[in-house]
Amino acid sequence: MWEQIRDNQVRTVILVTALGFMLILPGSLLGQTVLGDWSVGLLLALLIWVVMTLVGYFQGDSILLSISKAHKIGPDDMPRIYNVVEEMKIACGMEKMPDIYIIDDPAMNAFATGRDKNRASLAVTSGLLQKLNRDELQGVVGHEMAHIKNRDVLLMAMCSILLGAIVMLAWCGSRILFFGGVTRRSSSGGGNGQLIILLPAVALMIFAPIMAQFIYLAISRKREYLADASSALYTRYPEGLASALEKVGASTEQLKSANNATAPMYILNPFRRKNQVAEDLTSTHPPVSERIRILRAMAGNTSLSGYEAAYKNLHQGGGSIIPGSALLAEGSSPHAQVEGQASPHVEGVDEVRTRARETHDALWKLSNYQMIACQCGVKLKIPPGYKGAFLQCPHCGTVHSVVPD
Amino acid sequence: MFIGGLVVIGILVVVVLIIVGIYNGLVGARNQVKNAWAQIDVQLKRRHDLIPNLIETVKGYMQHERGTLEAVTNARTTAIKAADGGVAAQARAEGELSQALGGLLAVAENYPDLKASQNFLALQEELTSTENKISFSRQFYNDSMLQFNNKTQMFPSNIIASMGGFKAGEFFEVTDTAEREATKVSFS
Repeated sequence: MWEQIRDNQVRTVILVTALGFMLILPGSLLGQTVLGDWSVGLLLALLIWVVMTLVGYFQGDSILLSISKAHKIGPDDMPRIYNVVEEMKIACGMEKMPDIYIIDDPAMNAFATGRDKNRASLAVTSGLLQKLNRDELQGVVGHEMAHIKNRDVLLMAMCSILLGAIVMLAWCGSRILFFGGVTRRSSSGGGNGQLIILLPAVALMIFAPIMAQFIYLAISRKREYLADASSALYTRYPEGLASALEKVGASTEQLKSANNATAPMYILNPFRRKNQVAEDLTSTHPPVSERIRILRAMAGNTSLSGYEAAYKNLHQGGGSIIPGSALLAEGSSPHAQVEGQASPHVEGVDEVRTRARETHDALWKLSNYQMIACQCGVKLKIPPGYKGAFLQCPHCGTVHSVVPD
Repeated sequence: MFIGGLVVIGILVVVVLIIVGIYNGLVGARNQVKNAWAQIDVQLKRRHDLIPNLIETVKGYMQHERGTLEAVTNARTTAIKAADGGVAAQARAEGELSQALGGLLAVAENYPDLKASQNFLALQEELTSTENKISFSRQFYNDSMLQFNNKTQMFPSNIIASMGGFKAGEFFEVTDTAEREATKVSFS
């Protein structure tokens, strides 16, 4: 576990530096074009960055929680969520209980924030509490606790605030350039020399926020997979998180208090168009359907390596998504061995799913779909209007001949 | 000559640092195991404390279930006594308590008035959660023990472990399958 945290710390430094660059570069260019002195702009941007970083480190969590209109609860206000958080705290071996916040909103979402595992907060919407059962809630809370344990929360808090600074600077900068700087330059007849600096400044004002967002998202996506894997490890029950993600992904309610800076922190991207489901539209997170598929493919092996194996199974030849150091730290732990005691649900669920699948197939057959059972275990369903003579199995690639009936 | 001496000293320093690192890792792992074990105890104790409340709450509703209530009370007394009598005895007594509790909560299903009582619902939530906490702390204990055992048995940390007197410990196994069944029925 420590390896993985150190990995994350190194990445935090690189990321924050890269983001800081996105702040400094436009800042100094802005100083050059407007004030004619790049060092003033650079110093100003640096100052903003340092102040923002300090504020982010010490106060980031409270700022984010107040932006999200979250209020704190104690053990007696809402015993169920408090208990579930305490259960997950025990499961992941954390010493201090994180603060729990509720966002009064019918939308379903959750996020964690804070500096480290001694000062962490976890926020869930009231909609999530209402619509999820205990197992699903456990999966979601486990995911958020993993963010806290892997110190993703610090990275998220600092970066979202830095991102905010860049967006702010770019916004102000572009206004100054368009309405102030340009007119003054043209009247004083600055000539081509000014234009050469002005053009990249304008371009940077536009591209810096976008670039910064890309850097941010790239990291955030990978951390999501690791948090999913850790959640399965803590609960020993990946189906809980999978079905929670399914429910959250299928809901069309929008979270009112989320904004661009806080979006990547939620368990699922809170921004979707009205009346549209979240499926695969997200960019701050890996596609939901993908996350659910991996979790369901884990079967009995709920270790981190089990998650990795499930991912590899679904993506033949795909890269690895769990940092190698994390797998190494886990060692050759035979989780299946100590697993039985904590997951009494697994067999029952498999049974239910098989039954559901059989019912499904019966319904397909009723509407004249043709079934071909591939040797890899996949059942191909061919619509009645299918004209082709051959069909390739999307899973293993075997070609089947279709007999028209 | 001088450079050679420096190299030897450098190698020695590195070796000492590695040994210190491994030793500290072992101590850390052992402390984590101890802490995890303490967690299990905390949760078991919590369950003992909850039971008198539960009995008090359900007594008025369940006049005809004297036997079930007594079974729970007796199992609790036995479990508290067994706390001083070794891990195996404790695990067995706690298993029986789980079973008795499961029986009580299953019977409670037949009393709609009781199930509608806020007090009972709150207690049921607490009990469910405590059961979960017991199994999660057990799970964490086993994971910690596994890590510790791996360290005491794998090369090269096993050398330091045997010199420092670190001995591999046992997992907390649930020997009685009936306990699992009972938990499954009442708390799913």
